[in-house]
Amino acid sequence: MFSNRTFNIVVPIVSVLLGLLAGAVIMVSFGYNPVAGYAAMWNGAFGDAYFLGETVRQVTPYILSGLAVAFAMRAGLLNIGVEGQVIVGWLAAVWIGSSFGMPPVVHVLVALLAAAVAGGIWGFVPGLLKAKLGVHEVIVTIMMNYIALYLSNSVIRGVLTDGEDRTGNVAETASLAAPWLRELTFYSRIHYGFIVALVMAFTMWFLLNKTTRGFELRAVGSNPFASEYAGMKVGRNIIIAMVISGGFAGLAGAMEGLGTFQYASVSSGFTNIGFDGIAVALLGANTAIGVILAAILFGTLKIGALNMPTEAGVPTELVDIVIALIILFVASGYIIRWVFLKFSKEGK
Amino acid sequence: MDYVIEMLNIRKEFPGIVANDDITLQVQKGEIHALLGENGAGKSTLMNVLFGLYKPEKGSIRIQGEEVNVEDPNVANALGIGMVHQHFMLVDTFTVTENIVLGSEPNKAGTVDIKRAEKEVQALSERYGLNVDATAKIRDISVGMQQRAEILKTLYRGAEILILDEPTAVLTPQEIKELTQIMRDLVNEGKSIILITHKLKEIMQVCDKCTIIRKGKGIGTVDVKDTNATELASLMVGREVTFKTDKTKATPGENALDIKNLKVKDSRGVEMVKDLNLHVRQGEIVGVAGVDGNGQTELVEALTGLKKSSAGEITLNNRSIYNLEPRKVTEAGVAHIPQDRHKHGLLLDFPIGENMVMQSYYLEPNSKRGILNFKNIYKKAKSLIEEYDVRTPDEYTKARSLSGGNQQKAIIAREVDRSPDLLIASQPTRGLDVGAIEFIHNKLIEERDKGRAVLLVSFELDEILNVSDRIAVMFDGKIIEEVKPEETDEQELGLLMAGRKSEKQGEA
Repeated sequence: MFSNRTFNIVVPIVSVLLGLLAGAVIMVSFGYNPVAGYAAMWNGAFGDAYFLGETVRQVTPYILSGLAVAFAMRAGLLNIGVEGQVIVGWLAAVWIGSSFGMPPVVHVLVALLAAAVAGGIWGFVPGLLKAKLGVHEVIVTIMMNYIALYLSNSVIRGVLTDGEDRTGNVAETASLAAPWLRELTFYSRIHYGFIVALVMAFTMWFLLNKTTRGFELRAVGSNPFASEYAGMKVGRNIIIAMVISGGFAGLAGAMEGLGTFQYASVSSGFTNIGFDGIAVALLGANTAIGVILAAILFGTLKIGALNMPTEAGVPTELVDIVIALIILFVASGYIIRWVFLKFSKEGK
Repeated sequence: MDYVIEMLNIRKEFPGIVANDDITLQVQKGEIHALLGENGAGKSTLMNVLFGLYKPEKGSIRIQGEEVNVEDPNVANALGIGMVHQHFMLVDTFTVTENIVLGSEPNKAGTVDIKRAEKEVQALSERYGLNVDATAKIRDISVGMQQRAEILKTLYRGAEILILDEPTAVLTPQEIKELTQIMRDLVNEGKSIILITHKLKEIMQVCDKCTIIRKGKGIGTVDVKDTNATELASLMVGREVTFKTDKTKATPGENALDIKNLKVKDSRGVEMVKDLNLHVRQGEIVGVAGVDGNGQTELVEALTGLKKSSAGEITLNNRSIYNLEPRKVTEAGVAHIPQDRHKHGLLLDFPIGENMVMQSYYLEPNSKRGILNFKNIYKKAKSLIEEYDVRTPDEYTKARSLSGGNQQKAIIAREVDRSPDLLIASQPTRGLDVGAIEFIHNKLIEERDKGRAVLLVSFELDEILNVSDRIAVMFDGKIIEEVKPEETDEQELGLLMAGRKSEKQGEA
């Protein structure tokens, strides 16, 4: 009845609908009006130019962190360390952006590159340990997240500032700010970063599907034994995959550092951009186009949700539950697949 | 006549195909009944119907004369049907007894009464001459013993009818002999056995009756004593099959592969290849015979660069290929048909066309400046698919959805197409049916006739005897003797493989 490709499109859509439906049931059972709730969410995401701008801003880092997770996944690696790679990318971008003077365009490009390199280094360490010593990447990347968080805090306090809790703003030459877009969207925090995100999505698609290196990466992800038999260097490909994945994550951090906030600050907890990237990649079936669509959904939910308490009185906690339910349904996508198969069998 | 099992006019359809079409299988008490058919003929489907995993569209099942409705495997178990699967369903870290009672543990005040179970299992084992240690852990016993544990499991659960699915595929010749005896003992005790197989020799040796399925259709049932292997083969395949592979005498040339004093350790650091010497000349097939686990796997891995050797010398046409990386070995002119085609030979989730370029994707014209030329890759794949008769809907189909024989043909197409100086074929026909085996043997001989050196590693004595020009017997990491196929027989080879040197010294 369905081809595999159709499944890959139908299952996420059904999961999202089921998640929204389950969210509605929960809203009803707590005495809220789900129609009003979802209407508030829609208005909060697309209701006017300001909300639209904010949604785009939120989608931008999600695309990049989703790409980071998806890229590693395609090479058979679970990069839980995207969060840490985002943090070091953010820090590196702000460091270049605030501490050096460079001509426009060059400055922002160097800052972006620094973010990608920092994230890449953060990915290189677990990649190397996995390739050479067989240490599982999940363990190392989780630990690297904490190193990134506390290292970043200490660098901000001790190196970039003199005991302050946040750095100064990045120079105008290094900023991704798009004043005309901001004006157009009633001063939302939208910035040029979404172009970077889309270019990177194309880059990932091209790299994986068109290049010789991408063929190796996918082969190693699909069957490392056969790849070794075919003469590919499994270890080297693992390291390359982790570095590129980290690079995408680092850029996600740069979006916040050079775009949304224009500075880096001491933080007691994680940004969650990296962790949400795992869900984005999962929902997007680890493909570039899927990640873009999933990031749009997540960004919309996050931004739209902010409007739900004010317009419909639905508490933010419920909104988080709805988002969690959607992820749950996506993760159990195989059940939906099974139900479809069952029905198509009975139908015959 | 009394039948213990009757499956009458069974029909089972799947979307698009009829897997079983009007198949009748009648098994008498105390009989070993073969179910013969090529891969994909519908044997497994029929057994899954009997086991209640599939519901047939038409037909009926009678057990001991009673018409039954087998709704699920539990019903089948209750009716006394037990199945030993080709891939064992055992927990590695549990003992034989623990595996056997799993799911129906005898309990004593809420705890498992393992002592009682052990006694029962041991008694059963002795009664049927299975010789299994009930307290041994599964991971510590041989594959043959694991299979017996599976047989014990069905007996413990009161099976009267045992279904054995390709039981000899994983066994050594000696273990096969023992299994044959066990099967005879079982029927003497009144059990009935259905043996699923495509090995004709086994049928001729142990079975009483044989039911043949071809492309989902029941061809009929024959008395084994009234038939012969050739007739069975043509019934199964639907055309005449020759067993003796036609080949002219080899005209070997220069030494191509030279292995001197090779030592290889396995992953645990145990030396598996010990001071091995072997050479293969151009235009010659050398068969390495031996029981599994005598270092053949390590030898092949060392030759192909998948494993580092610890000492020795390997040269191909006088150039050293000792401890080169797999890619360098490939580029030096070695092709390798791996033992495990799913693990090493194929990227199952990649299109078959891309599997055809697994070792050449990075070379022009497949790749230019780091960008793959898919048009070219698929054009090449298409011509290989046609040339080697790989049955696939198209070159974009995933390797996973091809049958075993066609997967192997694709691997051979890929390997042979590179015009290698040395072709290493490790268990090239494992799990394949007669038609595919014939094809592969002919390809190996064709390569030989083109002047290439062929190294064939196989546990199947028939294959070794039929295809090789020279046989090297491997035992305990060494080549202990070399013999000519026309001057030896299975008996002698079997003894050599067990480590007993013959009186006459073979020429090295």
